[in-house]
Amino acid sequence: MSGHVFHPGHDELHGVTVVINGVSGRTYLGRWHERGARGVTMKDVAIHDPVSSPLAVAAWLANQEKFGVAASEKMIIIPNEEAGAIRLFSDAP
Amino acid sequence: MPYPEMMVKPMREEVTRLGVEELRSVSDVDVALSASSGTALVFVNSVCGCAAGMARPALAKALAHGVKPARLYSVFAGQDLDATARARSYFGEYQPSSPSVALLKDGKVVAFIHRHQIEGRHPDQVAIALTQAFDAHCA
Repeated sequence: MSGHVFHPGHDELHGVTVVINGVSGRTYLGRWHERGARGVTMKDVAIHDPVSSPLAVAAWLANQEKFGVAASEKMIIIPNEEAGAIRLFSDAP
Repeated sequence: MPYPEMMVKPMREEVTRLGVEELRSVSDVDVALSASSGTALVFVNSVCGCAAGMARPALAKALAHGVKPARLYSVFAGQDLDATARARSYFGEYQPSSPSVALLKDGKVVAFIHRHQIEGRHPDQVAIALTQAFDAHCA
């Protein structure tokens, strides 16, 4: 593979845009950084809250797919007990 | 914090050797993108993430296509910070990501490939997406 990248010593999801379904009902969309004892660290994260968002999560994700991730948080740690199903954004329906 | 220039030089050259003009300053960007007619591609180059290693070869494949934008530019995210921010100001409601590719026609973004649409894909797949946009907007 052509190309020069720096990707030192991280797990396979490092830097990849993922969708995490929160147990709380929130949806987290951003770049996976790492998973540790405290939880999942993500960077440049957009968060869908079903209580406050005017859009259903599917429509919200479709909007992010078209226009890019509208990050509201530079970095967050999602506690392990909050982090539910995880999938690649590129695989999201 | 930008990486040492000697480390990113090969990444710059992987793009500029394709005939893409690298925009290193705000004034470079304004001169290039303030012209509102015709088609222009802006490749947002990147050091970080495996996506960059897919995006540059994808761009090379796409630019071998018969139909392509009239003007070809790049900015380097994380390296040329001001130029990149200025380029993104021309992308309207499209969110920043790197690497990414914007195709502009008459000053408006008509196609955009985000980082998340590059990650995990083979360069051929990304190149197809680019050439489809070229065919749709540059023919």
